[in-house]
Amino acid sequence: MIQLQKAFYQSCGGGAVCWKVFASDTMDLPHHGYRATKPRARAAPPSADPVLFEDTSFSGPPVAPQGYYSAEYNMGGATGGGGVNNLFTDPMASAAVMYGSSLASQGKDMVNKEISRFMSVNKLKYFFTVDTKYVMRKLFLLMFPYTHQDWELRYHRDSPLTPKHDVNAPDLYIPTMAFITYILLAGMALGIQKRFSPEVLGLCASTALVWVVIEVLVMLLGLYLLTVHSDLSTFDLIAYSGYKYVGMIFTVLGGLLFGTDGYFVALAWSSCALMFFIVRSLRTKILSSLSSDSMGAGATAKPHVRLYITVATAAFQPLIIYWLTSHLVR
Amino acid sequence: MAFTLYALIQTAILCVNAIAVLHEERFLSKIGWGADQGTGGFGDEPGIKSQLMNLIRSVRTVMRVPLIIVNSVCIILLLLFG
Repeated sequence: MIQLQKAFYQSCGGGAVCWKVFASDTMDLPHHGYRATKPRARAAPPSADPVLFEDTSFSGPPVAPQGYYSAEYNMGGATGGGGVNNLFTDPMASAAVMYGSSLASQGKDMVNKEISRFMSVNKLKYFFTVDTKYVMRKLFLLMFPYTHQDWELRYHRDSPLTPKHDVNAPDLYIPTMAFITYILLAGMALGIQKRFSPEVLGLCASTALVWVVIEVLVMLLGLYLLTVHSDLSTFDLIAYSGYKYVGMIFTVLGGLLFGTDGYFVALAWSSCALMFFIVRSLRTKILSSLSSDSMGAGATAKPHVRLYITVATAAFQPLIIYWLTSHLVR
Repeated sequence: MAFTLYALIQTAILCVNAIAVLHEERFLSKIGWGADQGTGGFGDEPGIKSQLMNLIRSVRTVMRVPLIIVNSVCIILLLLFG
């Protein structure tokens, strides 16, 4: 039984970190201590950060979690746990269900622990706290940014406000959804021209993803080499790079609906809108960051260089939109 | 250009290899890019060249061992699967 549990834990954790070949000896030591403290740690309800999410889920009956824990305590005992919960008449089936669910939750905890070593899950959650109103306003802003007045990010006690409360905040929901929609649209466009095959879909997806990765890496390299101390994190850069997918979708739709002329009109419109958006958004973050730090002769060089970075980023967007969509609307 | 993810991985490995083979004494010092030839100024403006030198030195230090492993794996995979 214990060996079976261990094998299951290792396969769950191993599936998540199979590329990390040195993990095997590091996974054992916290594993034992983890299991011992797990029931105590899970006794309190998991506290979600109140700023990020309101709990709108339907809260189940409070009897069920306690049933799990006491069933787990009794697992080593002789009884099959039939007297603990009344969900199943067959005590063996109910014991199996309890056991399986406890195993699954422990595997999930292990996966979360491994993932949180590499990227902070809370920081990632910040980028996905969106609601419908924000998405609508942001999409309108991406396509028509010329009338927006206030581009500053609002802060709440030294930490940036979530996208739900601030329309200027970057998010990762729109880029992700736009990326998937772009792939589907590409498939549809190729299908209309009878050039579709499933490999082409995967190729399109990986090409777009690779270009985003390249752009983010080049931006990170540029910001590092020119010692621009902005508070742009990697996720922020991924978000700002991903906003071009909305422009791409608009361009492809224009090309599909109105032919080549519609394609170029939509391309021009979305390029200008996106360039304006990027310049205005990054200007507040890059150009004005820590300008009080530099003194002397260095101060004159900095604003030029930062302007070049911002303008280069903005100028790159139309090129990549054209590159990634022209073959779809031939 | 149609990129696959494999092409991205290959590009990354090749670029990091290229940085890793720049020898400190024989090459970088000769062209004035050695690690001990930094401008040494403690001012608040390191400059592009010293940032680049720092980057090259840190990439060489950090990626030495992982590169050995990754290159060996690549060689074995290419031998087996062409």
